[in-house]
Amino acid sequence: MNLSLISLELAVVALGVIVLLMDLAAPREWRPASGWLAMLGLVGVLGWSVWGGLPADGTAFGGMVVADGITRFFHRFFLVTGVLVLWLAAVHHDDAGSGAAEYQVLTLFSLAGMMLAAAAGHFAVLFVALELITVPFYVLTSFQRHRPASLEAGAKYLVLGALSSAVLVYGIALVYGATGTMAFDRLTSLTPPLTGNPLLTAGLLMVLGGLCFKIAAVPFQFWAPDVYQGAPVPTLAFLAVGSKAAGFALLLRLATGALPALALQAQTLLLVLAGATILYGNLCAVRQPNFKRMIGYAGIASAGYLLMGFATLNRAGVAAMLFYLGAYVFTLLAILAVFGVVARAAGLEETQSLAGLGQRSPLLAAGLTLGMVSLAGVPPLAGFLGKFMLIKAVIEQGATNAAFYWIAGIAIVGVVVSVYYCFAVIRTVYWPAEAEDLSPLAAGRWSRLLVVVCSCLVLALGVFPGPLLNWIAESLRALTPA
Amino acid sequence: MSLLNSIFLLPLIAALVLVLIPGNYRFVIRSIALLATLASAVQAVRLFLAFDPAMSGYQFQESAPWAPVLGIQYRAGVDGVNLGLVLMGAIVLFAATCVSREITRRDKEYYILLLLMGGGILGAFVSLDLVFFYVLHELALVPTFILMGVWGHGEKKTYATYQITLYLSLGALVALAGLLALYLQLPPAERTFDLVRITSHFEAAVMPAATQRAIFPLLLFGFGILVSLWPFHTWAPLGYGSAPTAAAMLHAGVIKKFGLYGLIRVALPVLPEGAKAWMPVLAWLCLGNIVYCGWVAMRQRRFDLLLGNSSVAHVGFAFLGIASLSLVGVTGTVLVMVAHGFLAALLFGLAGHLRQQRGEVDMTALGGLAKPMPFFSLALVMGLFAGCGLPGFANFPGELLVMFGAWQELRWFVVAAAWGGLVIGALYALRAIRQILHGPVTRSDTEPRDIRGWWRKLPFAALLACLLIFGVQPQHLVGPAQDAVAGILKCRPPEIKKPAAPNKAVWPPASTRRNRP
Repeated sequence: MNLSLISLELAVVALGVIVLLMDLAAPREWRPASGWLAMLGLVGVLGWSVWGGLPADGTAFGGMVVADGITRFFHRFFLVTGVLVLWLAAVHHDDAGSGAAEYQVLTLFSLAGMMLAAAAGHFAVLFVALELITVPFYVLTSFQRHRPASLEAGAKYLVLGALSSAVLVYGIALVYGATGTMAFDRLTSLTPPLTGNPLLTAGLLMVLGGLCFKIAAVPFQFWAPDVYQGAPVPTLAFLAVGSKAAGFALLLRLATGALPALALQAQTLLLVLAGATILYGNLCAVRQPNFKRMIGYAGIASAGYLLMGFATLNRAGVAAMLFYLGAYVFTLLAILAVFGVVARAAGLEETQSLAGLGQRSPLLAAGLTLGMVSLAGVPPLAGFLGKFMLIKAVIEQGATNAAFYWIAGIAIVGVVVSVYYCFAVIRTVYWPAEAEDLSPLAAGRWSRLLVVVCSCLVLALGVFPGPLLNWIAESLRALTPA
Repeated sequence: MSLLNSIFLLPLIAALVLVLIPGNYRFVIRSIALLATLASAVQAVRLFLAFDPAMSGYQFQESAPWAPVLGIQYRAGVDGVNLGLVLMGAIVLFAATCVSREITRRDKEYYILLLLMGGGILGAFVSLDLVFFYVLHELALVPTFILMGVWGHGEKKTYATYQITLYLSLGALVALAGLLALYLQLPPAERTFDLVRITSHFEAAVMPAATQRAIFPLLLFGFGILVSLWPFHTWAPLGYGSAPTAAAMLHAGVIKKFGLYGLIRVALPVLPEGAKAWMPVLAWLCLGNIVYCGWVAMRQRRFDLLLGNSSVAHVGFAFLGIASLSLVGVTGTVLVMVAHGFLAALLFGLAGHLRQQRGEVDMTALGGLAKPMPFFSLALVMGLFAGCGLPGFANFPGELLVMFGAWQELRWFVVAAAWGGLVIGALYALRAIRQILHGPVTRSDTEPRDIRGWWRKLPFAALLACLLIFGVQPQHLVGPAQDAVAGILKCRPPEIKKPAAPNKAVWPPASTRRNRP
């Protein structure tokens, strides 16, 4: 038993337990500090993961847990996401009503699940990680008990999430029935004679369906806009970034670790899903009056772009995916940090609440503009480089399968559509059709700092992408299809 | 900071500095913007003077690593093709900043966006790496959107803003797909976005003709949309009519040239076969620009829409020069690009002054302004005459070279273009002069004021001076451009016998060909 490979997960869980106990034991006046404690604790874990001299590549628990470059990338990615989400939650802690500490604890537990997902080398771990991610989210989504919309979102997520878990487990059972194993490394050696096995194919399709639910890809995307719309803003951020990235981490583990041959056969299917997801997400995001719902659809579109990179199943495509994710977390957090402040002040969640923000708070307006521009994928911001790398990787594969050219075309159409709805938000910010309230908007110091940090990173990753690109290349050195 | 980098970095750095200055320090903000753009223009002039026309290849080269994993590096340099564009862009940016005096609210955001736009496009003109080339051009997209939306005018402002933004992003993305396709034609070990290396690679190992024919339309239509190639031109007139003066000057004058520059810089040298296959299409489409848009310009009642349409018509000449694929024609295009940049900036600047004075630009409601506004009228008359190709202005040698270059292959197109550009152009230009400047003075509440004071006249005078200088001495542009274009088209610059008398068709006269063996 080599616990050192899951030490980061254990540290996050331990942090969660500490926060929980502190909430029980500490005096009442200390309690608001728990959010900052959780966040700083995560910063510590992040620092430990970078400088702590953790063991390098290896496996543990009989191959159930894998540590390699991809694991390390996702660990740090999830920790950064966790830090930012907890920061956002800390500045919005009174939104949660009573039980702010529970909110942080559940976020931490879900985060541990995401990190475990990045290390999964076995279907059992895959399932456990997914449930560890999803179950806290049922609560996180419906945390604002006084808001019917939040409760409705939680209920929807619960029902559909349970359904998708059931499908996933069924698929895993079929895979086990067909092959007699659930370990990824053993599937790799078994697969060649089994490629035509209908039981295995059916099982894998169901697993794919379960994971598509997580990443909100067509045709399993229906929950996303509803749930995003109802969820509290920090949960929305965590759901849109963390949960989606965890789904992709699992897809990567499965495709590269377990079934590279079968995954290659499914390339066209993945491309069709990606194309449909890009079009659906982008087209539905047009003219959504509710901002969170629009972000939900934009999130679906992002899943499509990521899926497109995943479908290449080569190093360039996966590197593009990882960069896109890295850009996406800061982009979305910049947007939602601004929106959180504005929506709370206005008490409404329509895009219209942003009207005149350019005059009410130039700083927040600039942060939101950078975020929306990056979301649309316009240079020179990080979102552009992500989409650029994805489209480049896809066109590169066009020689092997003409469907890649089509998907590149669809991606370009998608970007133009996203320019339309993202710029519509900028329009609302700078020259709204009607703006009633132009009074200056006060935002707390930490909210503003969060906006500044995220939007500066969006800009920095676009202008100086070198370090992140090098690190991604380093992480993917061991990836088998070059 | 080197001479070349400073030209585009000064405006960008000034934009960053403005971010830190409180919005109520209006004088400081405007001064910084003016100083930065003036410095950039001075540096551009210095660059132009320091350029050695006798040397071949790129001069003032700069490079720095950026993202080696992706094969992207910063690389910049100038040759005869972008030399004039950089000079024109920097001067127009300064002029646009000067006329921004009309902006009275939210100055800080305005100047930041204007500087981003100008610095970006100047950077795009000097970049020799495809990604920088693309990204620096796209830097203008968001500023254009916000500038037009917040400070624009007209009842169709919002529509025009969305139209220009969506068209330009679509065009840019199609061009990007073409650029990526070019990149992927390189063998995997040699993949780079470095334009110089791409060009030299494909000179040595020519791409299969079928591939060239497949990739060329992506670049042609992608860049074409950015330059308002007919029938993708509808964003331009309305967009320029609704934009604030400086944005219209910068966009119509400078940013629009990016697509033409891209075609000459990237598409022609790398895809010669593709170019040959698609040039007939381009020749027909550019007639759409010259004749159809000229015709539309004739029917306009609003002066800014007339200018917008005539600007679309003028780029038709640039396209015709490219379509000729001849040394003389493409050299003419380079000259037309520079000349039209100065001209469009001048005319849109004047239209902005007119709107400021009269509150409208409907020509039927104007009249008799020659008397109260003598400097304005002088500049307007000169500008409109330059637009219809009067000798003495820089447009004339450019359009003439284009027609000479195209005569061999595209004889009837030249006839149509001459008719469209010169006859129709003269018609609407003269009519605009008559309606705005002559006739009885229309009554209005305020007395129209001329452009008063040397500092207000400065931007217009500078633009006019450039038009005249390059009209009288076009060899300063044509000489370097011809050598660069000869390299692009892989033909030798013609050996020119010393002409008996200077003739505009033969460049450069021996006196300017310094140090040439």
